[in-house]
Amino acid sequence: MIFTSAGFIAAVIIPAVLYYLLPKKAQWPLLLIASIGFYFAADKRYLIFIFVTFLAAYICTILMGRIDLKTKAYIDSNKDKITKEQKKEVKGRAKTRKRIFLIIGLIIALGILCVTKYTNFVIDNINLLLKDGSKIREMNIIVPAAISYYTFQTCSYVIDVYRGKTTPQKNPFKLMLFVSFFPLLVQGPICRYDDLAPTLFGEHKLLEKNISTGLTRIIWGYFKKVVVANRIAPAVIALTGDTDTYKGTFVFVAMLFYAFDLYCDFTGGIDITIGISKVLGVDVKENFNLPYFSKNIKEYWNRWHISMGTWFTDYIFYPVSVCTPMLKLSKWSREHLGQKIGKRVTVYLASLLVWFTTGLWHGPAWNFIVWGLMNYVVIMASQELEPLYAKFHGKFKVKDKPLYGIFEIVRTILLMSMIRMFDCYRNVPLTFKMIGTMFTKVNLKIFSDGSLLGIGLTAADYIVLAVSFVIILTVSIIKNKRGHVISDNAFTLRYSLLALLLMGVIVFGAYGTGYDMTQFIYNQF
Amino acid sequence: MKKKIIASILIIIFLTGGLWFLQRLLMPKYQGKIVEGAMIEEYYKETEGHDVLFIGDCEVYENFSTMTLWEEYGITSYIRGSSQQLIWQSYYLLEETLKYEKPKVVVFNVLSLKYNKPQKEAYNRMTLDGMKWSMSKVNDIKASMTEEEDFIDYVFPILRYHSRWQELTSDDFKFLFEKEPVTVNGYYLRTDIMPQGEFPDPMPLDDYSFGENAMMYLDKMTALCKDEGIELILIKAPIEYPYWYPEWDEQVSSYAEENGLTYINMIPLSEEIGLDMSHDTYDAGLHLNVYGAEKLASYFGQYIVDNYGLEDHRNDPKYTKIYEEKIKLYNKMIEEMNNITEEE
Repeated sequence: MIFTSAGFIAAVIIPAVLYYLLPKKAQWPLLLIASIGFYFAADKRYLIFIFVTFLAAYICTILMGRIDLKTKAYIDSNKDKITKEQKKEVKGRAKTRKRIFLIIGLIIALGILCVTKYTNFVIDNINLLLKDGSKIREMNIIVPAAISYYTFQTCSYVIDVYRGKTTPQKNPFKLMLFVSFFPLLVQGPICRYDDLAPTLFGEHKLLEKNISTGLTRIIWGYFKKVVVANRIAPAVIALTGDTDTYKGTFVFVAMLFYAFDLYCDFTGGIDITIGISKVLGVDVKENFNLPYFSKNIKEYWNRWHISMGTWFTDYIFYPVSVCTPMLKLSKWSREHLGQKIGKRVTVYLASLLVWFTTGLWHGPAWNFIVWGLMNYVVIMASQELEPLYAKFHGKFKVKDKPLYGIFEIVRTILLMSMIRMFDCYRNVPLTFKMIGTMFTKVNLKIFSDGSLLGIGLTAADYIVLAVSFVIILTVSIIKNKRGHVISDNAFTLRYSLLALLLMGVIVFGAYGTGYDMTQFIYNQF
Repeated sequence: MKKKIIASILIIIFLTGGLWFLQRLLMPKYQGKIVEGAMIEEYYKETEGHDVLFIGDCEVYENFSTMTLWEEYGITSYIRGSSQQLIWQSYYLLEETLKYEKPKVVVFNVLSLKYNKPQKEAYNRMTLDGMKWSMSKVNDIKASMTEEEDFIDYVFPILRYHSRWQELTSDDFKFLFEKEPVTVNGYYLRTDIMPQGEFPDPMPLDDYSFGENAMMYLDKMTALCKDEGIELILIKAPIEYPYWYPEWDEQVSSYAEENGLTYINMIPLSEEIGLDMSHDTYDAGLHLNVYGAEKLASYFGQYIVDNYGLEDHRNDPKYTKIYEEKIKLYNKMIEEMNNITEEE
């Protein structure tokens, strides 16, 4: 179900109204029913996958919790009888037993994800090595909607319970709600149990502040998604779909269009998710923090898709960096390759794994993997170049100059946008080739000869996009400076602007099929 | 708190008022070359009932001059016609019209029996957008929607027409609140002449039976008219193309016989009616122009007067003034149309 479908809007409005009409105790059960209904409406076959993921997580975490309780009870009752070492040994044994359930839980959740999403990718790659007659046939597997999001969310819960960071949820229905909370089942974000649980299972009064913040986010999200992303997406498809015609400067245009499209689509979607959750009194953590104001790629990744970035850091980078084989490797490297290189080895390897899996998480294709690796290369290179930057800034005092700041921002946007072209062309060699033409086949005439009117955008569309760009930029600048755009106290101003924005979304939104009176052929009735 | 309540009310009024205005602005006005979408809503301006109600597609609204029926026989009539009006649309329009008046005779053109399922959104819109909200409209929408359509788009047409902001013309502002009449009692007249040409040979069909859905609505229409004590006449207008197969004709004849209805296939009666298709059609034989429509109305008027004993209202003060105005409008339309034809 997509955000702009009538089904989605109905699936949100009905539970949201009931939510505050029913007794407060019925609020979270209602959300569970709505979430299951939402997933069922998308495709009833999906339910089995999410249910198995939930069930495995539930059983494994309950068993881990029992081990913890038993261990604690044993230590408490034998406080005076056992030594520190014995206590440590008991805890160590408990951890080993817990690890079995952790592994089972993760294998089931990630196994479903891998089998449904990556089987055919693996088959395709094996087939590259096989002769024509012996190729393996692709399998007809359905990929459940939002599986990457809910699987990672569930895994984070299982790992946090294993780490003792989170107390296992005994109520299976509550855990099922955490796994399947419907606003998150479209575009994420990947929420952590401890962040979401307090408000997800809490009882909520109808608060004007929640409704106001929620509605603002929802309408703002729809503005970005429907007015901008939906309008510009066909142009991106046109520009990247015909590589013979659209090369050189067209690639540059496609790159900028896609940067705007993706930003509005993704941040708009997250705004809607956060807004809907807020209306229901549920706090979902921010997933974006003005990413296009980042001055370098590292900062960009701290501001873009934050929930995914922190997930990979917390559950892959850190555990991999401190795992026994890695520590051994680190020690060996320092001894044999010297301190300078040695201390980098583990960081480089762990980062490589993070960016490889980040790429793979985005989709079962080499273009995503290469996209992830390109990010890795750029981040590592900029890290290595840091001493050089320091020297430069030592010599030229430009770091605090506003113009240099703008240069850094533009540089980051262009670099990230260029890497993202792998996502557009979905073909690694072709992407490199097309990026190459950007520099070899410069043709500025396309901005004046009307070529850009032949890609599914009319002059009026460009005006809407330009005005939208100015609005989004202005709002972002204000938010960056003040932390908020309209004060909570400015009731009339806020709702008047919201009403205007809603009218703008309805009229200027790119949705539905264009009404074309020319389709009436007079002599056919 | 009081301030907030007042502000909320004002903002809600601003939002709903704004959306209402924008919806009116963005909806097609059908006041230019394509006028068919404006026909259905014109009916609600009628102040008096009618003896005869025509329902159906262009084979009624372009072929029967309602003013000739008045001038020659004193018959008050109205055509609730629209482009490619499907039989369920005719049924629900009839059902809706009966809430406003009770005609003595209902005339239904049977060409639409050939359609058993929803066809095109554009035609649906031209029939349904103009209807006032009632259960008839709700059921009509449900019966008419193609797979790509959403009910919500009929409830809030702005969701469907929003993209017209790029195509707004001065007409959209001019006819924002008041439209000019495009028909006289549902009759859309044309004065241009284009002689009938050669029609392509009829394509043989796999199955000549009318669909179950279409026949179900014909049953409903028959039952409704019987329940209301209204005479239902089935007609096939004297137009040869689109082709009216003998197999279809037989089915309608049998149906009429079984249900005690009158069925008149006017195609073989063309000569008797006095139609000269080298002069009486404006689009090479697909539809009649005003000269043909007047001849057909004259012929059909005589038939219903003879067979259904309709009262002559020409001296009825309730109608004279109203129809005086309508005749004026009719003549004005002929004059304007002649001017357009001459200019072209």
